[in-house]
Amino acid sequence: MAEIVIDGKKCTFEGNKTIIEVAFENGIDLPHFCWHPELSVAGNCRMCLIEMGNQKKNPDGTLAVDENGNPVIAYMPKLQIACGSKATPGLYVRTNTPQVIKAREAVMEFLLINHPLDCPICDEAGQCKLQNYTFKYSTGECRFTENKNPKPKRVSWSDKIMYDAQRCISCSRCIRFAKEFADQPVLSFINRGDRVYVKMATDCKFDSPYSMNIIDSCPVGALTSKDFRFKSRVWDMAFNDSVCAGCSRGCNIKIGTRNNKILRIEPRNNMNINRYWMCDEGRLNYSLQNENRLADSKCKNVQVEKFDDAVAKAVQLLKNYKAKDILFIASPKATIESNYMLAKLAQKSIKTQNIVYIDYTDKNFGDEKLRTNDRAANTNGMKIVLPNIKPLDFDDLKTKVQKKEIKLLYILDSTLSNDSPINEIAENAECVIAHCENESQLSKIADVAFASASCYEEEGTLVNEAKRIQHLTPAIANRENIRTMGMKLGRFEQFGTEDDKWGRSNLSDNRSDWRILANIASGLGSDGKKYLNAEDVFTEIAEINPQLNNISYQILDEYQGLTLGNRIENEKKYRIYKSNNVN
Amino acid sequence: MNNRKNTEVERMSLAEKAYLPEIARGLGLTLRRLFRPKMTRQYPEERWQPLGSYRGRPVLVKDSDGERCVACGLCARVCPALAIEVQAGETDKTKERYPAKFEINMLRCIYCGFCEEACPEEAIVMSPNYVFTTRSRNKAILDKEALLTPAEELKERLEFLKQFKNQ
Repeated sequence: MAEIVIDGKKCTFEGNKTIIEVAFENGIDLPHFCWHPELSVAGNCRMCLIEMGNQKKNPDGTLAVDENGNPVIAYMPKLQIACGSKATPGLYVRTNTPQVIKAREAVMEFLLINHPLDCPICDEAGQCKLQNYTFKYSTGECRFTENKNPKPKRVSWSDKIMYDAQRCISCSRCIRFAKEFADQPVLSFINRGDRVYVKMATDCKFDSPYSMNIIDSCPVGALTSKDFRFKSRVWDMAFNDSVCAGCSRGCNIKIGTRNNKILRIEPRNNMNINRYWMCDEGRLNYSLQNENRLADSKCKNVQVEKFDDAVAKAVQLLKNYKAKDILFIASPKATIESNYMLAKLAQKSIKTQNIVYIDYTDKNFGDEKLRTNDRAANTNGMKIVLPNIKPLDFDDLKTKVQKKEIKLLYILDSTLSNDSPINEIAENAECVIAHCENESQLSKIADVAFASASCYEEEGTLVNEAKRIQHLTPAIANRENIRTMGMKLGRFEQFGTEDDKWGRSNLSDNRSDWRILANIASGLGSDGKKYLNAEDVFTEIAEINPQLNNISYQILDEYQGLTLGNRIENEKKYRIYKSNNVN
Repeated sequence: MNNRKNTEVERMSLAEKAYLPEIARGLGLTLRRLFRPKMTRQYPEERWQPLGSYRGRPVLVKDSDGERCVACGLCARVCPALAIEVQAGETDKTKERYPAKFEINMLRCIYCGFCEEACPEEAIVMSPNYVFTTRSRNKAILDKEALLTPAEELKERLEFLKQFKNQ
């Protein structure tokens, strides 16, 4: 464990690290544009200039100290960049001396010479590194009176990314990302001096499945997402932490919402899973949440008056059939809590072992970076509470349904698409009870279609392919979670009154899957346990299941998830790096 | 025993107690006022024209080439009553941002003028218009068309802002 001193604070580090990395790990934020913890060092923004030096030595070789016993340090006369200088034991660093402050102000003034000062128009305003640092580290005055250099505006790099060269400060983060992570070295600087900007090589495409990460890592508004461009100001949005349910990697995400609609999804730093990035698919697949939702439960495509009516109808249907006629379809996309409640309903209340799941493996989706072949987020978690579960064989089920061996289908899978083979089987089945997030073919034919909460609305736990268990928290309000969402909502929703246009009166009545199942179980006469929230269910699972012993939501939040089978002492807490300084 | 005059009436002289001279004085004052210029107005036929410093209903300024607003959303952010809602859109002009939707809920507006102060484009200003009534609550939510006002009608306010605020 080596030690350096930054501004009088002793900072420890291990291995081969640069000063800016050591400072970041020890809670000191040095201003920077071009440095990114995951990318190579470019050292071209000059924003992280610092003073550094070593302790003086006396002629006899001993370290020099003054009369008070403090070390005498010989600082180098020229400032160094913290991102490009290696931290060596015994190094002394100063980051707030007049010399450093003056140098930063000069760097800011140079950067702002050619940067257009139209923050009101720029989409990055509010989460812009340049804007924040201008307030923090610049004099706020510009001595440059000539015209700014004209550069191309609105250059389309792909169908997802728009580039504005005028706003670009040439930090080269996008160039390095394309080369180092996306393996598509198609970006490069063109021209020289103050006319430099980034250009994509002609006849090349930047269509990497990770291409949109350059948008978040861009410190200014030069790169914008075509999907999100001008949709909302960041300060009007609420950003809530969540976990991506697009595949079994479980990337940590931040969901940006406004007026209770998802406007964008961006990655959240988790060193154990996705580090700093996420794929474009995960970013853009939120449209199902915003559109065509099944807002109230339905019986035979007729909306029920109350949620309890739908539950009563389901209870009555389940009572009508014998245990061996019922097939439960668990969901690898639903949370552990929901699958546990399904297992409890099937095994305790109905007393059947007829539980299967639909496999979501897509051989074309995965790669060696972040994306995995299993498109369901919680296959491993489902297998914790349902250890002996087998994947569903559609042909087998089809014949069984035709022979009337299986009469009632209970489908927990709430995101089934219209082209899933289960729709055809369900049409032939005598009776179908299904959980649906969206209006679909299944929700129309089901005898009872429960409006279920999506992964953006429900609380629970998910286990990814590397057996890391993570806490999923809601980001969208509905009538069930509105009280726990509380202050997590954006400012317009927070203060809106009941009957105004920003109000809560049009919240949907989607319920968590586990709550629907718990209500049915109590209708059938269960052990009488009452669950107030998902945490109650998880506590019960953690008591029963040895794999989840000693785990609680609180611990999961503290460590950003836990690897199952790993002792808590071995888990490391990392400082979270925020590419932009919003929230 | 006690000769002190305690009450106001006891201290009054006879003339004062009679009230008549005071009434005459009062009537005299009224008579004099009759021959001075009148201060009352025949509202609503006669209307007061406010000065540039007056904060009336907030409006959007419309120049010869359309609205000034770039939908930055600072007015909506600063509004203490959450009366403003802005939805931006993209145009092909040099200022690539424009308000696709701009609404002020006049039932919420408290005429504080913060929106005008926050505006970087001098696009939302407090107009001299102080008359605002509607027959329904929905009509009190003004959209962009209702808010856009030609700059000529707001000359005095814009002049005032130039002189005292946006120096």
